[in-house]
Amino acid sequence: MHLDVRLPVGLMFAVMGALLAGYGAFGDPSIYRRSLGVNINLIWGLVLLATAACLLALSARRARDRS
Amino acid sequence: MTLTWLDWLLMLVYFAFVIGVGVALRRSMKTTNDFFQAGRALPAWICGLAFLSANLGAQEIIGMAASGAKYGIATSHFYWVGAIPAMVFLGVFMMPFYYGSRARSVPEYLRLRFDEKTRGFNAISFALMTIFSSGISMYAMAKLLQILHVFDRPFAALGLEPSYIFHVCIIASALVVLVYVLLGGLSSAIYNEVLQFFLIVAGFLPLVYLGLRDVGGWTGIRAALPDSYTHIWRGLGTGTHPMGVDAFGVAMGLGFVLSFGYWCTDFLVVQRAMAADSMTAARRTPLIGAIPKMLFPFLVVLPGLIAVAATSGQPLNATNRAGSNHLRASGASASLGEARATFARAEADGRGLQVVTQSQSASESDLATRPVGVIPFKVDESSGRIMRDRDGRPQLDYDLAIPTLLLRYFPTGILGLGLTALLASFMSGMAGNVTAFNTVWTYDIYQAYLRPRASDAHYLWMGRMSTIFGIAASVLTAYVAAQFNNIMDVLQLVFAFVNAPLLATFLLGMFWKRATGHGAFAGLLTGTLAAALHHGLTLPVGAVAGVKGGWLGTWHTYPSEMAQNFWTATDAWTVCFVVTIVASLATRPRPDGELKGLVYSLTDRPRDDRTRWFLRPAVLGSFVLLGVTILNVVFF
Repeated sequence: MHLDVRLPVGLMFAVMGALLAGYGAFGDPSIYRRSLGVNINLIWGLVLLATAACLLALSARRARDRS
Repeated sequence: MTLTWLDWLLMLVYFAFVIGVGVALRRSMKTTNDFFQAGRALPAWICGLAFLSANLGAQEIIGMAASGAKYGIATSHFYWVGAIPAMVFLGVFMMPFYYGSRARSVPEYLRLRFDEKTRGFNAISFALMTIFSSGISMYAMAKLLQILHVFDRPFAALGLEPSYIFHVCIIASALVVLVYVLLGGLSSAIYNEVLQFFLIVAGFLPLVYLGLRDVGGWTGIRAALPDSYTHIWRGLGTGTHPMGVDAFGVAMGLGFVLSFGYWCTDFLVVQRAMAADSMTAARRTPLIGAIPKMLFPFLVVLPGLIAVAATSGQPLNATNRAGSNHLRASGASASLGEARATFARAEADGRGLQVVTQSQSASESDLATRPVGVIPFKVDESSGRIMRDRDGRPQLDYDLAIPTLLLRYFPTGILGLGLTALLASFMSGMAGNVTAFNTVWTYDIYQAYLRPRASDAHYLWMGRMSTIFGIAASVLTAYVAAQFNNIMDVLQLVFAFVNAPLLATFLLGMFWKRATGHGAFAGLLTGTLAAALHHGLTLPVGAVAGVKGGWLGTWHTYPSEMAQNFWTATDAWTVCFVVTIVASLATRPRPDGELKGLVYSLTDRPRDDRTRWFLRPAVLGSFVLLGVTILNVVFF
C-alpha cells in the first residue's frame, strides 16, 4: 500500500482547476449571469489549483523524507 | 441547461483518476488481508476521511438537503447529536475491542464474544442490507440524473430515448466501482473515498457560496424563513416545529439508539477504522472523521435552507416576514403568481424543463402554509401531473433541492464539477457497501458455513467473485426498486427492525462480561420483534396504514414519521437490553479467560503514551465534543 493519496487528489485538482480557470479566463463571460455575475469558473479553478499545489507540495516533501 | 464539452471532460478526468487509483494498487493485492483489510496498514487520517466518505452517499447528500428544506437547520441534529457523540464513543471506547480482538469484521467480533448463531444472524442480515441499500441508492441516483434532464440532449443526439439515461447511469457507475474494487480491494475503495471526499467538498462549496450570496447570507435566511427553521433546539416539540419530535425524542431516539446503533456497529463504517495501521490510529479514525463531519451541515443541510429561502424573482425584503413562529405566509405570497420552473416529465421532444406556473397548479392559500422557495413540485412520472397529498395540496419534491440549486446557479464548467461531485458521493457510498459486503460474505458466510478450510488464495478469489456478484445483485435490486417501490420500502423497514436492537447487544457484549450468547441471541430476536410490533401498532399523523405503520391496528399516532422512527428504535433497544440481561442471567456464563480482549473489564487499557498528547484518542475526542457543544449553542 505505498500510495500517497495526496498525489492523485493533487493531480486531479490540478487538471480540473486548470480546465475551469482556463475556461473562466477565456470563455464567454455572459454565462455568469446565472452565477450572480461571479466568474465562478475562474475563481473556483484558481482555488482548486492552489489546493492542488498544497497537496502536491506535501506529497513531494514526504517522498523526499522517505528517500 | 445542457452540458458542454467542458462538463464531460471534468467527469472523464474524475473517472480516469478513480480507475487509476485501482490500477496503481493492483500489484499489492496478494492476500485476503490486503484485499479485505487493506493490509491493516493505512494512516489514521486516510481512514478517517474514508470513514466519513463511505457514509456520505448521494442519498445522504440529497436527503440531508431535502430534510433541511423540509425541517430547517434542525436537520443538523443528524450530525451534531446523531453522529458526533457516537463517533467519539466508538473511537474512545469501542475500537479497542474491534481492533484488538483480531476480528476481521463486526460479525466476527460477535462470534468471538458470543456464539455462532449471533454472528450468523448479524452476518446474513448485514450482507442482504448492503446489497439492498446499494441497489436502492443506485436507483435513486439514476432516477435523479434522469429527472435533471441534463443528459437529454447528448442522448437524443445519439438517437437514444431519455429512458436510456437511467440504464446508462446505473451500468456505467456500477462498472467503474466494480473495476476499482476488483483491482485494489478495500485499499482502492478507501483511497478513492478520500479522493471523493475532496471532490464532494470542491463541488458543493461553490454552491453554498453562490446560494448564500443570493439569499443574503445567514441573515437573509433568517429574515426569509420562520424562526423554527433557523434554530436546532428552540421550538422542538411545541407543536409548531416542522420536525414533530420533542427534545427527549431527539436525544434518546436519534442521539443514542439510532446514532450509536449505526456508527458503532455498522461494519460499513467500522471496516474503515479496522484498516488502520495501529490501535491508536484505529481509535483516532472516527475522531478525525468527526471533525469535518461536524462542519458538514454547512455543506449539505444549508443548501436545503437556501432552496426554500431563495425566491424565483426579486429578493425578498424583510417586511415580508410573518410573525415569529408562523410560517411564511406573506413571504410565500410574494412569489405567487410568478412562474416557477419545475422538473416535469420531459416532453416528447426531450426538451427538458417544462414550466408549470403556480396559478395552474395550486391555489394560493395552499402554498402559503409553508416556505416553498425554489423547490419544485412532485410530478407523477407516468402522467406528468403534479402529485397532491390527501388534502389535495401539491406535494413538494424536496429531494430536488440540491439539483435545483445546481442548475440555478452553476454555469457550464462548474456545473460539470457539481455533477461529478454528486456522482462521486454516489460511488463512495456504493463502494462502501460493496467492500463491506464482500468481506462479510467471504469471511462470515462463505468461510464460516460453506467452505471452512480452503486456501487463502481461494478466499481471495471468492472476494473478487463476491464483488462481482454483489454489484450485479445491487444492479438487479435497482431495477426491482424501479418496478416495485413498495417492496423496497418494506425491505428497508425489515432491516430497520433488525438493526434497531443491535446496539444493546454490542454495549452489553463489550461492557458486561456476564452477557451470554443465548442472552444476546434472544435479545436480538425479541428486540427485532418489538420494533416490528411497535411499528405495526403506531402511525404517523395523516398516513395511511400499511408500509408507514399501523398494519396491526393503531394504538398511538405520532406527529411525524421521524418521531415514529425514533420511538420504534428506542423501543427495540429497550426490549433487547432487558431480554439480553434476563436471558444471560438464566444461562451459563463463559469463563473469564475466554473473554480477554473482548470485554472492557477483562482487557488491558490501550496505552498510547507515545502519541503526542493532543492526538491521544481521549483528548482528541474531548476537543470534538467541545466543538459540537459550541455548535449546538450557537444554533440553539
